[in-house]
Amino acid sequence: MRYLRPASCDEALGMLSAPDTRIVAGGTDVYPALRDRAPRFDMVDVTGIADLRKITQEDDWLRIGAAATWSELIRHPLPPAFDGLKAAAREVGSVQIQNAGTVAGNLCNASPAADGVPPLLTLDAEVEVAGPEGARRLPLGDFILGPRRTALAPGEMVTAVLVPEPPAGAVSAFAKLGSRTYLVISIAMVSVLATAAEGRIAEARVAVGACSPVAVRLSALEADLAGRPVADLNDLGLVTSAHLAPLSPLSDVRGSAAYRVDAVGTLVRRALLAALEGRNG
Amino acid sequence: MDKALTVGRVAFRLNGAPVEAAPHPGERLSEVLRERLGQRDVKIGCNAGDCGACTVLVDGAPVCACLMAAPQAEGRSVETLGGLTSFDPVAQDLAARFEAHGAAQCGICTPGIMVSAVALLRDTPAPDEAQVRDALGGVLCRCTGYRKIIDAVMGTPALPAAGDGVGAAIARLDGHDKVTGREAFGDDVAPPGTLELRVVRSPYPHAAFRFGDLDAWAGATPGVEAVLTAADIPGENRFGVIPPFADQPAFAEEVARFRGEAVAAVVGTPEAMRAFRDEDFPVEWEERAPVMTPEAALAEGAPCLHAGRPGNEMCKGRVACGDADAALAGAEVVAEGSFTTGFVEHAYIEPEAGFAEMDGDKVVVHACTQAPVMDREALEILLGMGPERIRIVPTGVGGGFGSKLDISLQPYLALGAMKTGRPVRLCYTRIESMQSTTKRHPAEMRVRIGAGKDGRIQGFDFFGRFNTGAYASWGPTVANRVPVHASGPYRVTDYRAVSQAVHTHCPPSGAFRGFGVPQAAIAQEQLFDELAERLGMDALEFRILNALRDGEPTVCGQVFEQGVGITACFEALRAAWAEEREEAAAFNAAAGAMRRGVGVAAGWYGCGNTSLPNPSTIKAGIRADGTVVLHQGAMDIGQGANTVITQIFASAFGVPAGSVARIGADTDVTPDAGKTSASRQTFVSGNAARLAGEALRAEVLRRLNASPEARLEFAPGRVRAEGAELDLARLEPDTEGYVLRAEESYDPPTKPLDADGQGHPYAQFGYAAHVAVVEVDTELGRVHPLRFHAAHDVGRAINPLLIEGQVQGGIAQGLGMALMEEFIPGRTENLHDYLIPTIGDMPPVTTHIVEVPDAHGPYGAKGLGEHALIPTAPALLNAVAHATGVRIRRLPATPDVVRAAILEARR
Repeated sequence: MRYLRPASCDEALGMLSAPDTRIVAGGTDVYPALRDRAPRFDMVDVTGIADLRKITQEDDWLRIGAAATWSELIRHPLPPAFDGLKAAAREVGSVQIQNAGTVAGNLCNASPAADGVPPLLTLDAEVEVAGPEGARRLPLGDFILGPRRTALAPGEMVTAVLVPEPPAGAVSAFAKLGSRTYLVISIAMVSVLATAAEGRIAEARVAVGACSPVAVRLSALEADLAGRPVADLNDLGLVTSAHLAPLSPLSDVRGSAAYRVDAVGTLVRRALLAALEGRNG
Repeated sequence: MDKALTVGRVAFRLNGAPVEAAPHPGERLSEVLRERLGQRDVKIGCNAGDCGACTVLVDGAPVCACLMAAPQAEGRSVETLGGLTSFDPVAQDLAARFEAHGAAQCGICTPGIMVSAVALLRDTPAPDEAQVRDALGGVLCRCTGYRKIIDAVMGTPALPAAGDGVGAAIARLDGHDKVTGREAFGDDVAPPGTLELRVVRSPYPHAAFRFGDLDAWAGATPGVEAVLTAADIPGENRFGVIPPFADQPAFAEEVARFRGEAVAAVVGTPEAMRAFRDEDFPVEWEERAPVMTPEAALAEGAPCLHAGRPGNEMCKGRVACGDADAALAGAEVVAEGSFTTGFVEHAYIEPEAGFAEMDGDKVVVHACTQAPVMDREALEILLGMGPERIRIVPTGVGGGFGSKLDISLQPYLALGAMKTGRPVRLCYTRIESMQSTTKRHPAEMRVRIGAGKDGRIQGFDFFGRFNTGAYASWGPTVANRVPVHASGPYRVTDYRAVSQAVHTHCPPSGAFRGFGVPQAAIAQEQLFDELAERLGMDALEFRILNALRDGEPTVCGQVFEQGVGITACFEALRAAWAEEREEAAAFNAAAGAMRRGVGVAAGWYGCGNTSLPNPSTIKAGIRADGTVVLHQGAMDIGQGANTVITQIFASAFGVPAGSVARIGADTDVTPDAGKTSASRQTFVSGNAARLAGEALRAEVLRRLNASPEARLEFAPGRVRAEGAELDLARLEPDTEGYVLRAEESYDPPTKPLDADGQGHPYAQFGYAAHVAVVEVDTELGRVHPLRFHAAHDVGRAINPLLIEGQVQGGIAQGLGMALMEEFIPGRTENLHDYLIPTIGDMPPVTTHIVEVPDAHGPYGAKGLGEHALIPTAPALLNAVAHATGVRIRRLPATPDVVRAAILEARR
């Protein structure tokens, strides 16, 4: 068992080719999972790779290096289309967690309740992966396969989260529901990104987390919302059960399945109102 | 692979100075700081980023040291509370404010809280409340209710203190160490490198087990020094806080009765224990079907947990007076309901921790505890040794709330030290603390209460079934206390209350702030609201009409001719009640998803043991140099006994509290001041301190031939009064070095209860009433408490600052119990699945201190600790009902429960 600190991605990939290795960055998921025990695997710490720490604009893409923390994202100047992502960043655990935990790590941990996933889904984010066979890019929706399961092959690592230029004039919001304030795992969460003109919704993207094995976009709802008056968001019956069909929530200590579905309708309306009218429903 | 990339040493700046360490691969920064660099001001509460106690600044940014791989500190600056308060003016100012506000109670979360606050204040010197909450949202505090912390960070003026005697709102006398990271808690006292101990626990709620060849395993495992099992217990393998019910083995034998029960322990070097995993230990399990609820445990054919307790019923309690059935039959209105509450976890931020060492043939246990002498008594039986061979030296206690009354790790430490002959240390992980220590009893209550046209209570029938878990612990106390208290502080003439404690394969239920009374209040106070509503009466006026008054018998037939302060509490809330109801109505006049509600509830609590002796003894002495020394054995678990007992003693003796030197609990040098439990320390130990102070004063005055009113003046080696002077150096010191001394005891006068619970269970009760204001998000079911108004009759406020701290902290725990907390064995065994309130959940509290003096209390004082949370949950639930029209009868009222009730009501 060793602690390895590569200085470049190539070095890291070399290390990851050995068996029983695990990538560590912020440590905010790796250490709790150890449950007070010492690791029985090699830790490959990618936070010493300077390139991975950066958040940069490259052509039409925002590049969030795999070792960039939530706090660094919050501090990075970004247009309103990223307000939802930033709001989610502020809800990741606590300030302590945001200062250490990384955006990419949140995706790699693949928790159904990962705060970062819904906003990145609405932003059509992609994941850049490096591996022994070379680099590849895949949409976030194809990267997370299930609870604690990703498309990373053995020996691969995430090098960046890439976000394309959002639609002009897009606004966004994030709504998290928990039983307490701060340090709470979501019962349900919703992220939205929308554009509107002359009182009508032009485009709306809606993603829901903690209500299915992997966070999902609600495409039928998105289709229905396009072209509707913004004022319709005040209609309590706006979101129908058909819209929520992609969800398959569990009943657990945080809430029942029925409650989650019920709450999502409210959260969607409120998040869209917050984004488009700057208010909470 | 390139060896140079493998991290061996790490070098960084620690509190401004360069340091180096050689961590194990993957070692957490928190461990390196504490064990390799001596920085024990960094506290570990959960090792999972859930509590924030270990927060340090890395290059100025707060992070959880428990989640940071030590090599990531390479070349960076790491700052901890101890360092910050020694060189950073921002931290030093903050420390002074924390002391002035009493923002540190037990002090275990204080390093995490203050370090986080320093980061905020460096950027934002004058933060608003929202900024403070955002900055501190990642650190849990279980004692304070956060409000004093917010005040201290924002720099709000603190309560003024006039003098430092009885009645003065002085800062804690032991506060400085808490705000500078110097206070040593259970895991802070063992020297680095001490042998460590790990407990092997049952992974099943009910299982038979058999060990393999333990000697062979120990011999073949490098670094293992000893294995401990029931076979190593020299005395009787049985403990329990109530001797006739003592039934819990230190190590289970053949069968484990709850998940997390200890079956063995391993002692070894730190390296060996770091590598140790439960699954490596040679034990075979045979899982058996458990009974996890009273219903299952009482069913025919259910496995019986203890021979001699057929049907799994441990005990019952009963109080009856008048004719409850007849009165209910004739009542104008009757409200009834079934109410359910779950396990509640104490969730102190300090897990059980300590170390033991041999002193000749004496074993010395240093550990956190609420009851050092009870710990020793338990060890006498387990170890088969006399008290002269066992010494308990309590460490600082990072919260207790009832659970640290029972022994936990003490037997393992003592056995480990005795078997190896070397010091042994142990700190429970958060998970094993939650799995294995006591909980608040889950309750199932069926209650019917009637009232007449005149609004007076007419008939009261209570049945409560309590899940007491696998072992007795304080279950009998809960069974006794609940029927005595279930009436609430009201005049009830026709009453029957029966309680039943039932064994299950759950962790033992024990003492938790209120001993079952908070559960009963949830039922009674909600039904009182329903009665008032049906009678068309105001909920507060209905309670005032029915409030118990001086000269009226309680349901136990006990008549207090003085000191019944509940009416005064209600009256103190009248103005706030009216204003808040009006404001809520105005808010609700506009349509919307948010609805506001205002609720009221009351509580009472008898201070001290129920009809049983519980004496406290306080000793004090004067040294030849003139130092006045107080042996203060009442465990301060954050509530403030060190300060309050000293204030009482100093006032009785006639010197400033600040001039008294304190020696704390230690079974070899300080007399037994009883357990810190049952809200008894201010009352019982306070009286002993008053008597000791008076006796010492009388002795000094006698020698000076001075009058009772004389003012004592101490100078080095001398004491003077009324012109006379006593040369202390000329007196013969005793073996402890005291030239004058006093030792006094106090035991509250009580009388036994008969079969109907009639008698004098307590010498005094304390009284409380709360008004809660909530906003309910009716679309999501989320309840947001907005404000509390809390009236507490404390008889005489010995220290108003500490009273406010107790009230706010109690309210936070009541809020948690009402809205979010439920321990589910095997499911919510950590602090991210088990939720306690954060700084964002706790609204402002206006505390109304009511003083209706009690004839038995020192200077009229009454107990307070437990009273603080009893009215909170029912006041919140009554407020939710006022806001939404729905009654929540199954706790906690999580968003899904509240939303489901709202939808059901609309159907």
